[in-house]
Amino acid sequence: MLWGRKLKNSGVIGLNERNANYITALNSRRLYPRVDNKRLTKSLAAAAGMAVPELFAVAESQGDVRGLPETLAQHKSFVVKPASGSGGDGILVIDGRYGGNYRLINGELMPESALLHHTSNIVSGQFSLTGQPDIALIEYRVQFDSVFDEISYRGVPDIRIIVYRGYPVMAMVRLPTRQSDGKANLHQGAVGAGVDLATGLTMSASSGNLRVLDHPDTLTPIAGHQVPHWDRILDIAATGYEVSGLGYLGVDIVIDKDLGPLMLEMNARPGLNIQIANDAGLKPRFAVIDALLEDGAADASPEARARASVELMQPFSPC
Amino acid sequence: MTLRYVQGLALVCALLGLSVFFYKQAVLGLPLSEDASRSAWTIEASLRFEARPGPIKAALRVPALTPGFATLSENSVAGGYGYDIGYEDGGRRAQWAIRRASGEQRLYYRVVVYGDPSIEEADTTPPFPDPPGLTEPERTAALELVEEVRQESADAASLVSALLRRVNDPTPDENVALLFEGRRGGTRRMSMLIDLLAYARVPARSVRGLLLKDEQRNAPIATYLEIHDGVEWLFFDPSSGSQGLPDNFFAWSRGLETLATVQGGSGLELNFAVRRSQLDSLDVATNRAEQRGSLLMTFSLFSLPIQTQAVYSVLLMIPIGALVMVLLRNFVGVQTFGTFMPVLIALAFRETDLLAGVILFTLLTGLGLAIRFLLERLRLLLVPRLTAVLIIVVLLMLSISVIAHQLGLETGLSVALFPMVIIAMTIERMSVIWEERGAQDAMKAGAGSLLVAALAYLVMGIDALEYLFFTFPELLLVILAFVLLCGRYSGYRLSELRRFGVLSRKDS
Repeated sequence: MLWGRKLKNSGVIGLNERNANYITALNSRRLYPRVDNKRLTKSLAAAAGMAVPELFAVAESQGDVRGLPETLAQHKSFVVKPASGSGGDGILVIDGRYGGNYRLINGELMPESALLHHTSNIVSGQFSLTGQPDIALIEYRVQFDSVFDEISYRGVPDIRIIVYRGYPVMAMVRLPTRQSDGKANLHQGAVGAGVDLATGLTMSASSGNLRVLDHPDTLTPIAGHQVPHWDRILDIAATGYEVSGLGYLGVDIVIDKDLGPLMLEMNARPGLNIQIANDAGLKPRFAVIDALLEDGAADASPEARARASVELMQPFSPC
Repeated sequence: MTLRYVQGLALVCALLGLSVFFYKQAVLGLPLSEDASRSAWTIEASLRFEARPGPIKAALRVPALTPGFATLSENSVAGGYGYDIGYEDGGRRAQWAIRRASGEQRLYYRVVVYGDPSIEEADTTPPFPDPPGLTEPERTAALELVEEVRQESADAASLVSALLRRVNDPTPDENVALLFEGRRGGTRRMSMLIDLLAYARVPARSVRGLLLKDEQRNAPIATYLEIHDGVEWLFFDPSSGSQGLPDNFFAWSRGLETLATVQGGSGLELNFAVRRSQLDSLDVATNRAEQRGSLLMTFSLFSLPIQTQAVYSVLLMIPIGALVMVLLRNFVGVQTFGTFMPVLIALAFRETDLLAGVILFTLLTGLGLAIRFLLERLRLLLVPRLTAVLIIVVLLMLSISVIAHQLGLETGLSVALFPMVIIAMTIERMSVIWEERGAQDAMKAGAGSLLVAALAYLVMGIDALEYLFFTFPELLLVILAFVLLCGRYSGYRLSELRRFGVLSRKDS
């Protein structure tokens, strides 16, 4: 309106537009707990037949935290995360034990007391969106597929898909870097690589607000990698609409070596950096879906919508 | 659909606010800005005397009828003395009393006035005076003089002029010489003039006052003759005979009695000091609202007690600060801690002024942050840790104040006015962002908060705005309308032009 005509021409959505026109219109606040509380998300998703990482234990109080070591003894690797965390804050990934200590994925050792302190911080709400007391989830640590080994630095690369009114419209892989400390979080320095929705092939990539070609740590070109199980991934993403009820949704998926794609979490306010990663604005894609639904498309199953999206997004494919 | 609704609502708010504003401005005549040329005068009368043993009573005639001036406030400073103001014949009198005192005594009476042409001599028409009891030969001389003067005049005013001309003649005739023998100046002369006018059946009295000029430590008292011509009071300069009062003549008291008296003290000295000061618009408006009794003004902020008004004049600026934040966050894209924290920080700046505020805030947050990282090693639970940070912030404030005071920096003392809970929360949030997102993000949000706070402070500090919103609080509806429209702004933020810069270059 005031500035950025050029940006508008490329269909890029800004924070104001996302908040004013999409989030407030399509995402009823009543539904937020379904995605903001990861414990609830997990149970809803499991009920809808979505594959999710197994939940090992839950710490709801400081008392539960003290009892954790017993439960943890049964698992070699696991993830500790806040149920109401934001932006990947407060997540610890433990991939083994060394002596009496826990080993983090970056190789650092963490004494049990530090792990419990972190967990109790989660429970007292340090990482929750509102500062309210929270729940700590201990869940299965994904044994990620080696497909992204060349273009990620430790950690779990995850796939973020924007689902607009039930239809997947844009996707990216978030690749951990040394800077992001093995976390798939763009804010912390992970690289975002656009994924062609039609084929599941990685395309352009971005780090921060910049376009990049190679992974900063492995120096391997990022484009041209095939994301495995792409159809199933799109199915999971489309199902996210049924589970959450949100019209503007971000679905995060990881690929496990043995279990295949697992839905990690969903987001009611997905970030906009995906546009930089894809080198494309979201708006034209939203328009395609809006046009489809205005024509009175019949209620379709998640799978049908995922297939339809592949067709509809064809024009935006670089190939 | 929703957009229309929002726009409609904004329109209604804006129209409502503006129409009340225009009504108050155009119909009630409330000024749009503080009248800079208007000034107030503080007049201080000081009584000095030596106490004698036993109880002391001192009295001072104080202003009652002050044509051309309105009184804002009056008070007395007199340690240990009982003080009250009473009415008596011909005016008001301030009285001080004490059971015993020793040494030199100083009593002050202070009145603040401002020019207001609407204040007129609101006195009742006096009765015709009785002929004074002069003795022979003065009586005959007086009657002759009055009769001669009456022949030369047409009405009361010209009669007084003629009389004064005769009296002031350098070579007076024998009647005048007889009457004013030994009464060349002062009270006795004035008393004789009033007596003469009484023979002519013209009510007259003496008025004493001060000429208000910029700064006067020892302001002289000027005396004028006031006569009533049956319609209104007229003023004459008894020594020159000219009619009318000079501008800025403040009538202190009427009558011939001495201005100040003391019982139980000796060596009384009365001294007047005059000081010009800028008018406090709030006080004047309150005063004016009381005088006019307008219904809209009766239910306005000016009807509240002064302290409450002062609170509101600050509170009314908070929406303006918040507006600055809306603009900076949604149109520019500045990152801040929390939603209203910068506005609260800006409020704290009001107490310290900007530069000192920014320095103190940075210092406190920086030190607090360093200590917060030390605390992190102790692995404390969230709430005890926050409390520990809070305690340390208080201790830091304490030491900064003490050190600054020792160094002779007065601004250091105002650190205590910083809302410490806000600082503690800032430290906590900053450290969490620091750990989770890195120092860069923490610094960015910290600097953003300071920037917004500084700008909000500057805007909230504009006196004209403060006056405008206090006088016309309905303008907040206009702000509300604008904010409603901002709420539907879906364009880019300035910072996004940079963020998505790679995408916009593609098409060009």
